[in-house]
Amino acid sequence: MDTLNILLMGFISIVIVNNLVFTKFLGICPYLGVSGRIDMAFGMGMAVTFVVTLSGTLTWLIDHLILMGTPLEVTRYVCFILVIAGAVQLVEMYLRKFFPSLYESFGIFLPLITTNCAILGMCLFINLWGIESLLEAVVLSFGAGIGFTMAICIMAGIRENLNMADVPKCLKGAPITLITAGILAMAFMGFAGMIR
Amino acid sequence: MTGKTEVQNTAYRQTLLAGLWRENPVFRLLLGMCPTLAVTAAVKPAFTMGCCVIFVLVCSNIIISLMRDLLKPHLRILMFTLTIATFVTIADLFLKAFVPEMSETLGPYVPLIIVNCIIICRAEACASKNGIVISIVDAVGMGAGFTVTLCTLASIRELLSTGKIFEMQLMPEAFVPWAAMSMPVGAFITLGLMLGLVNKITNKEA
Repeated sequence: MDTLNILLMGFISIVIVNNLVFTKFLGICPYLGVSGRIDMAFGMGMAVTFVVTLSGTLTWLIDHLILMGTPLEVTRYVCFILVIAGAVQLVEMYLRKFFPSLYESFGIFLPLITTNCAILGMCLFINLWGIESLLEAVVLSFGAGIGFTMAICIMAGIRENLNMADVPKCLKGAPITLITAGILAMAFMGFAGMIR
Repeated sequence: MTGKTEVQNTAYRQTLLAGLWRENPVFRLLLGMCPTLAVTAAVKPAFTMGCCVIFVLVCSNIIISLMRDLLKPHLRILMFTLTIATFVTIADLFLKAFVPEMSETLGPYVPLIIVNCIIICRAEACASKNGIVISIVDAVGMGAGFTVTLCTLASIRELLSTGKIFEMQLMPEAFVPWAAMSMPVGAFITLGLMLGLVNKITNKEA
């Protein structure tokens, strides 16, 4: 019961209270790039969720079973980025085989997930927070993906309506998206008191 | 002979200046947004971050420029990332050893330089095609542009959120600090407005 409680709290906190996009500024590049249409945003979110869960788990395992306590610890970042690159490669092959239409619509963004800060950032945060159990690491990285998907879908919904709004010319595109994200971040600040 | 060096010098100057304004990584290319937003709550961490990025950018551009003939197309990005990761590790360990409190403040954002798009973009667009000197010049220009942008953004945010810059009181006593400016909200909105301002200036120039 206690474990379940911790896991649930961790999940909610990473999805809402410590949302990667709004509080840690991770994954801003795809956030600005892909949030134009809601279906693409959702697809991107799903791809990120999958990769982040996979690489979060794998990096936790590598970190705890191989690197920790040995001089190899200095190669941590190199190992992490290799694992992520591998996981992205796997997702890419899987999508090309089974969902060719989704693969087409991702275009350049799929390989770009490798350089998505949300994924490496999550692996680093798991290391930084000193998460001790594998289960917790899995739940947290899955939650991070869900949080990212939620953030990017909310944004895509707003941007679809923003197309019809009368935005000053110099603010069109990225600037107004950032300002909208700021207001959203303010809304998410309201959740801050929810979990210690 | 002198004519050729003249041409070369102009090319170098052009490349150097491009990073500062014409192709400013943050304002024009919208690259490296994560650190831009995350470390700009105060000027000091922003400056440290800028220096780290310059170091990593210069070193990785040198290495990539040296091995540009050996690169295979499908392994290119992987080689870039590994080179960058190595130098980021060096920078991170250096910070941890010599300025531990700064390393604490920056936290995971130093290792996140690995996935900073600026560095991969420069490796791909410049270092993998050009000679070593022009790659270094390009790296310094881009890095400087990034650092200047970061510091500008950080000074605006620090000034409005605390009324001070570098412990120096700049705002009058009666100024009420805007706490929101040091939070994520401030980062997003300041950057958004600055991008808008840059667009406005550019449109006038054109």
